[in-house]
Amino acid sequence: MNYKLIASVSVSLLMARWKQTLIAAIGVTFSITMFITLLSFMAGLNTLLDGLIGNRTAHIRLYNEIQPSKMQPVDLLNQVKNHHNFISSVKPKNEKLEIYSNGAVMEALKKDERVLGVAPKIIAQVFYNVGAIDLTGVINGIDVEAESKLFSFKDYVTSGEAIDLRNIPNSIILGKGAAEKMLANIGDVIQVTTPKGERMQLKVVGYFQSGIQDIDKIQSYTSIITAQKLIGESNTYITDIQVKLKNILLAPPMAKEYAKLFDIEAIDIQSANSQFETGSSIRTLISYAVGITLLIVAGFGIYNILNMMIYEKMDSIAILKATGFSGKDVNWIFVTIALTIGIFGGLLGLVFGFGLSSVIDQIPFNTAALPTIKTYPIDYNIKFYFIGTVFSIVTTYFAGFFPSRKASKIDPVIIIRGK
Amino acid sequence: MNEKILEAKNISKYFHDPISIQVLKNISFSILQGEFVSVIGKSGCGKSTLLYILSTMDTDYEGDLLIDNIPMRNKKEAELALVRSEKIGFVFQFHYLLNEFSVLRNVMLPGLKLANYSEKEVEARAYQKLKILGIQDEALKNPNQLSGGQKQRVAIARSLINDPLILLADEPTGNLDKKNSEIVFSIFQELSEVFNQALLIVTHDNEFAERTQRIIEMEDGKIIKDISRN
Repeated sequence: MNYKLIASVSVSLLMARWKQTLIAAIGVTFSITMFITLLSFMAGLNTLLDGLIGNRTAHIRLYNEIQPSKMQPVDLLNQVKNHHNFISSVKPKNEKLEIYSNGAVMEALKKDERVLGVAPKIIAQVFYNVGAIDLTGVINGIDVEAESKLFSFKDYVTSGEAIDLRNIPNSIILGKGAAEKMLANIGDVIQVTTPKGERMQLKVVGYFQSGIQDIDKIQSYTSIITAQKLIGESNTYITDIQVKLKNILLAPPMAKEYAKLFDIEAIDIQSANSQFETGSSIRTLISYAVGITLLIVAGFGIYNILNMMIYEKMDSIAILKATGFSGKDVNWIFVTIALTIGIFGGLLGLVFGFGLSSVIDQIPFNTAALPTIKTYPIDYNIKFYFIGTVFSIVTTYFAGFFPSRKASKIDPVIIIRGK
Repeated sequence: MNEKILEAKNISKYFHDPISIQVLKNISFSILQGEFVSVIGKSGCGKSTLLYILSTMDTDYEGDLLIDNIPMRNKKEAELALVRSEKIGFVFQFHYLLNEFSVLRNVMLPGLKLANYSEKEVEARAYQKLKILGIQDEALKNPNQLSGGQKQRVAIARSLINDPLILLADEPTGNLDKKNSEIVFSIFQELSEVFNQALLIVTHDNEFAERTQRIIEMEDGKIIKDISRN
């Protein structure tokens, strides 16, 4: 087949109707632009929202929990083995929440190749003493460096320096909400009481803002040593080990594996925060649906314009056929027209889509809930551009397919004799 | 001895809509190289229908059509397109030039499609054909800048670009005034005498027909007279 000739005929037909062609191409450009922008914005937003939990939460958290005995004495009785037993005579006993031999556990975890990093933590219930009243709170004793590296702790310390927790003894970083309630400024000394009645004075070195208000009202951070002193435990006492994995998808099976290996409670991020994952996937689905709908509408535009062109150019098609062009050649001419509209419109759409996303990326977006975000989030993922290109070509091909087939089936005798 | 270049054997055709009518009844004849033939007859006698069958564009007929001694029956659409491209030149009552292209490009298109020659050569040949028809000066104009007679001459040049075995024409002078008809006729005559080109012209114009070598007269789908002169 003579592609050069077919291309030149297609281009001439396109140019003869350049206004309509332009409108069809603008339709594709617009839909690809919106497709790219929508997906980039939505993906940026998803990453942001997932990050709210995902960046800060351990992929696997190892901890101890006070639990009732799984086996009650009555279960050991052979006579009632197949009965429903409701006598539970053994109650939970007062156990320490400590993870035993945590040093060895952490060493083992660090050696695991799937693990990115490990951070120890102490969670302690306290009361913040404000004048005559006590506010309930939670103090997290953390290893500041590991916490910053693995869970971007530093990003959420909005005032003060995170590293001061380690450098200044008996220091605390208060949740923003808690600090506001206690009227505590940086440099002030506050007093906390443990459930066991021990009191301790702590110096405020910063504020912490997670973006989730309920957390900010309650949680505060100290170094591990301060937390150990606060609850009167030895310097080997920790309650949680947070594990960050190289591949987050491995969390559920690995959590089970660790629970068995270390005889400990282990929860993976997916089980703990399943609502976030669902939200992300549904948002992505909706943006794809809207984007593809836009493209299909543009496809119908191309279909219409090609159909009109074929009615208008009926004579030309007839004469091309009379002078030796086959139905296949005519088919290719119109498919080429459709693809030209699709490819040019699509490429422009990619450029405009990138432009519009960059503009959105510059729009200020300040919210108290998200201290690290200054502008609207955009994910410049090459994948969206690739999908946009493929879809623009595929939809325009199909939009051109039926008109082209119709053109190829035109009987020149009917057209020429009809005159 | 001139060879047979086109032969019709017992060609019949029916129209089925709204009722079955036989429009062509067992037409048989042949055309030799260099013959200048006209087909005349009243409106509706089937002469145009016959022409479209001979041009291979209409494939719904009974009987056999041989072009260059090759039967056309059972050929595929693409093969017939190739036959038209190589062996048949076609001129219609209406010129059917493509306004999107220049005159030169219009003449070149069938040649580019056949691709027996390079684009340069096809262009040179197109100029040559336009020169024969006396319109080489209009080559770079658009068809809609030309007069009716000039357009028809461009259409004839286009039909000749691939040196066809036979030139078929359907009322080529039907839309033209006396003067332009005369020009077209003399072109046909020159093609026949100087270039030994076979021509089959369907026409209403008896004056035109009488000056051709051979007249086939049709009535009710049959050939009633087939007179050769000289």
